[in-house]
Amino acid sequence: MTLWWIGNALLLVAVVPVVVYLLNGVLRTAKAIVPTVDAIAVTAEACSTDLDAVALLVTTLDQVKATVTGVAGYGGSLDVILDDAAVAS
Amino acid sequence: MSAGVATIVIAVLIVLALVYFLVSTIVALRRITAGLDVVIEHVGAILAKTAPVEEVVDAINGQLDAGVDLLEGLLVKKAGLADAVGLVEGLYPGAATAGLRQFPESTAVVAPRIAEVYTRGTLTLARLGREAPIAQANPDGPAIRNVEAASHAAFVLYDDVRHTAPAVLPRSPLIGAGSPVQYEQRDDIGKPRKRLPAGR
Repeated sequence: MTLWWIGNALLLVAVVPVVVYLLNGVLRTAKAIVPTVDAIAVTAEACSTDLDAVALLVTTLDQVKATVTGVAGYGGSLDVILDDAAVAS
Repeated sequence: MSAGVATIVIAVLIVLALVYFLVSTIVALRRITAGLDVVIEHVGAILAKTAPVEEVVDAINGQLDAGVDLLEGLLVKKAGLADAVGLVEGLYPGAATAGLRQFPESTAVVAPRIAEVYTRGTLTLARLGREAPIAQANPDGPAIRNVEAASHAAFVLYDDVRHTAPAVLPRSPLIGAGSPVQYEQRDDIGKPRKRLPAGR
């Protein structure tokens, strides 16, 4: 009976605090992750919103194609109008 | 209180502590999972939006490269490598050191001083062969003044045809007593001379 009481005392004094300490550490860590994840979610949403303009790159590509085509047309005309450097000299 | 009851009480306490902390941990993990679901959703949107970027940017770069190659080739073809480098240097000072992309030998070209804005007076001096700065960088060499016929260069600046030595020049107007048209003709020409009053 005495040994049982000693065991109970050990259980109450040593095991319970250790269990509580360990579980409290796990809980605090888990709770600390929550705001970080929330912040990451907000940042990811902002990144996704910022990238809405990426679709305009297709328009930019079309504009660049049209510009280069125009430049090529002018270049071809200049090539016909102007003499080459070797011919001019 | 017997030892058995105390043990049971302690075990219950431990179980209660376990339940409290574990349930709290589960709640926190569920919130983390929900947050990560939101993150994954937005990251998926980012991936979907950026998927065609490489292809489109490559296409844009290809188009711009073609434009640059076209303009460089046309410039060098029409102006020659030296003048092309000089023109680029004139428009963008320092660009001659980088050279033209399609012409690696352009980096060794000494850029002539062209594409600079000169005043009309400077150009006139250069045309006359005076010591204007532009005349010193003439691709045909420095302008040389014609010492024996220096007036010819000045003649060509005016809209006169005499310096072209035409076969027939317009007749100059006759002036003097032999001119067919006399201005301010005297009224008494051909009339009797006026006589002064007698007795004087």
